[in-house]
Amino acid sequence: MAILTKEEAKKIVDKVLAYSKADEMSVSLSGNRTGNIRYARNSVSTSGESDNLSLSVTAVYGKRSGTATINEFDDASLEKTVRRAEEIARLAPENPEYMPMLGQQNYPDSKTYAESTAKIDPEFRASAAFDSIDPCRKKNLTAAGYMEDTTGFTSIGNSKGNFGYNRATGVDFSITVRTDDGLGSGYANPDANDVSKINFKATTEVAMGKALASAKARALEPGKYTVILEPTASVELLQNMMRSMDARNADEGRSFLSKKGGGTRLGEKLFDERVTIISDPMNEELPLSPFGGGGGGGRFGGGGGDGLPQEKRTWIENGVVKNMYYSRYWADKKGVQPIPAPGGFILQGGTQSLADLIKSTEKGILVTRFWYIRAVDPQTQLYTGLTRDGTFYIENGQIKFPVKNFRFNESPVIMLNNLEAMGKPVRAGGNLIPPMKIRDFTFTSLSDAV
Amino acid sequence: MLLPSIPIIGRSIMAEELLEPGLDVVVKKRLADAGLQAATAKGATYADIRIGRYLNQYVMTRENKVQNIIITESFGIGVRVIANGCWGFAAIGDTSSEDDVARTAEKAVAFAKAHSRLMKKPVQLAPQKGFGEVSWKTSVQKNSFEIPVKEKTDLLLAVNGAAMSNGADFINSVLFMINEQKYFASTDGSYIDQDVHRIWPNFTATAVDKSSGLIATRDSLSAPMGRSYDYLQTAPPDRVTGVTTRYNQGYDMLEDATAAARQARLKLKAKSVEAGKWDLVLDPSHIYLTIHESVGHATELDRVLGYEANLAGTSFATIDKWKSKNFNYGSKEVNFFADKTQPGSLGDVGWDDEGVKTKKWDIIKDGILVNYQAIRDQVHMLGETESQGCCYADSWSTVQFQRMANISLAPGKEPLTVDEMIKDVKKGIYIIGDGSYSIDQQRYNFQFGGQLFYEIKDGEIVGMLRDVAYQSNTQEFWNSCVKVCDERDYRLGGTFFDGKGQPAQINSVSHGSSTARFNGVNVLNTGRKI
Repeated sequence: MAILTKEEAKKIVDKVLAYSKADEMSVSLSGNRTGNIRYARNSVSTSGESDNLSLSVTAVYGKRSGTATINEFDDASLEKTVRRAEEIARLAPENPEYMPMLGQQNYPDSKTYAESTAKIDPEFRASAAFDSIDPCRKKNLTAAGYMEDTTGFTSIGNSKGNFGYNRATGVDFSITVRTDDGLGSGYANPDANDVSKINFKATTEVAMGKALASAKARALEPGKYTVILEPTASVELLQNMMRSMDARNADEGRSFLSKKGGGTRLGEKLFDERVTIISDPMNEELPLSPFGGGGGGGRFGGGGGDGLPQEKRTWIENGVVKNMYYSRYWADKKGVQPIPAPGGFILQGGTQSLADLIKSTEKGILVTRFWYIRAVDPQTQLYTGLTRDGTFYIENGQIKFPVKNFRFNESPVIMLNNLEAMGKPVRAGGNLIPPMKIRDFTFTSLSDAV
Repeated sequence: MLLPSIPIIGRSIMAEELLEPGLDVVVKKRLADAGLQAATAKGATYADIRIGRYLNQYVMTRENKVQNIIITESFGIGVRVIANGCWGFAAIGDTSSEDDVARTAEKAVAFAKAHSRLMKKPVQLAPQKGFGEVSWKTSVQKNSFEIPVKEKTDLLLAVNGAAMSNGADFINSVLFMINEQKYFASTDGSYIDQDVHRIWPNFTATAVDKSSGLIATRDSLSAPMGRSYDYLQTAPPDRVTGVTTRYNQGYDMLEDATAAARQARLKLKAKSVEAGKWDLVLDPSHIYLTIHESVGHATELDRVLGYEANLAGTSFATIDKWKSKNFNYGSKEVNFFADKTQPGSLGDVGWDDEGVKTKKWDIIKDGILVNYQAIRDQVHMLGETESQGCCYADSWSTVQFQRMANISLAPGKEPLTVDEMIKDVKKGIYIIGDGSYSIDQQRYNFQFGGQLFYEIKDGEIVGMLRDVAYQSNTQEFWNSCVKVCDERDYRLGGTFFDGKGQPAQINSVSHGSSTARFNGVNVLNTGRKI
């Protein structure tokens, strides 16, 4: 029941809009089925499954809007929800930044849905957990992991004639393997729309390998090092920077894209010339919803919910800032086209493998994961956090020994200026990210954590 | 781990509906019995049911605009069982049908049985006597939901106006108001009805200097509280005066916003800190977060044992250190207690979410680690037979597990005021308010920022600093604690956003303390140029 077809969804959306007496009305109908299994200490701890189907109606009078939601779909309930949204709208304060709803938009079909994921049942999840726990038990290692699968759809429509529908699936699997003496720890975290692209046993074996290799780490002095960042390590820093590309904040003087003396740094070269970041909802490796809030990637949402179409966009080209996000209000005020934030991004890399990057490194640190990354200074994009689950010293092109974890204080803007080399992008956290070699990465202290 | 924002769940409702009563307790008992009977009939050896109605009202403004008013209700029933020695959980929303509850209970039993083959050992649950039909309520003088929305938007717009006319270029202000109506029943024979209220008024004022390109922000010095709208009324003892006004049991948002705007402008001109060793004097509005991360999380037994290894991590405070009875977590000045009963705190409830009566217990005594935070299926691992009562789920739709109790630093036993503490400091920084925060997955190495940094030179406050963050190691830091002010300075800080688990759940928790002094802490300069 929770996953409606395009036709079923349109029928409900049209019916709701027909009840409208407001100046404008929009409808969002979405449903999903999500299931999970969690394990720790080589034993399952919790599991669950839930279905959800809900309808959200927004009524607008002038610049006053009101939203009501419901999860019953008989005619009387639908009409009652419309009247309720209208009532809330009448009582709401005016929103001076309200923008009229969009007319019909063109949304291309995106390949965000995979039948293999939609078919997952509790037995499948139990087998996946078994495939992950069993090899660890046999090697006297301890597994803690989590698998979550979601199948869902979102349909939007409004009284100006717009309609959109997208269905999507996603699987997120993370596994931490620790040695029984607590001295080694490894991690892996693939995500995919199509569960057949995830091999639970092989993924666990990657984490097992890192756990064993990272045991008995030696301490190195903190300081500036050449680092090789696996995509699982760099993704969050890059994601944080990408989330900060809002034009309004830049215009208001409170972003890393604000210019001293006023204005923005749009068109300025802020990064190494090899840095090009794009988004493309049609990318086969990273399919995303064609409109904001329509699902896609390993996780749902992204891009705002006002129905602006997601298109292929270049954010940074050869180190130059090419685009920022403009909300419809801010774009109108500035006389430019609105641009929604993307649901995921692609940092274009090179052709080298991670092994190639290691081979070409005279002295450096391989970082497989960062943890607890938080902003220290949003204006310079300075973040702090720590390495985790396998950090290694590289000398003369080879991994020599595991090292103790470091705390870093670094900005992705500085990082992308200190770029030495990039490898082939892989999917990480709902984006495509290459492994990267960065010089002068700032580690500020040591941590005893394993 | 602190999460960056609060998730919005539930369906939108009218403000008036926040005051409508939920299901009658007689109906709740009938539903609960239907679920408990269905679970045991299918082979559950234990079952509990939570019938929850969660009401939220968030009012959000920016400068002279009301940005959003979110009013939601989420109602449903969660059933947790043990069958074949394994936990199973299922939930259903928006129903008052006994058949629906029974079917949900049966589903929970089926999940438990399906996954029992992956269990190494059966769940061992500490015994718990039933309490019969009982109830508990947050003490509320002025229910937030009885205050008209207009009064709330007027307050926030006045707060914004005060900030803008005192030097802020931007301000965002928010009122979070929460009511959890929770009914718990279990096969132990408890039927517990609870009504829990929380409130958090807060803002961020921003000052921009376009010529230098610098920005400075100052967040509110309020605390989220286990209270209702009465927290926004202040009496003279609620104001803690000094270099800036801080608040105790009542919060003056207008006054704080005025000060915040002026201080944000002063921060733009403040001296950039010199990196190195400094003595730190930490206000309760700041240190609560350091307590949360370095003591609260480190002493959660599920983390110590490895149940959170895949996300939040484990803990350095291992069982062998606790068993040794001589692990120096901190100096002799350092005493921490866990408490689920302190009035006005976020963790204050009558019973936890698995029917255990809440209480207060020691975690660190005279610097030595003496206990953990544990729930019914964990205490046997400590050789105990009684849970400490800190089990919580953030919704009827999520499964309950061990969550942090209020963990607080006990005030110093000797009389000592903040002024007296500062007088003794030769080279120090007085930090007020919470800022950036990060700690490793075993809770050794941390880094914290703040809102206001005042330089102390030869016992006097000589001016403001900026670009300050301190880095330390939990054991080293708490062993560098040389003084804690007395109980006259004891205040609560806290958060709505304590995140843990997969799928992630949030928990609200308070941390009390008096101002404390730490000697020779490593301070970084966080200023950068890009």
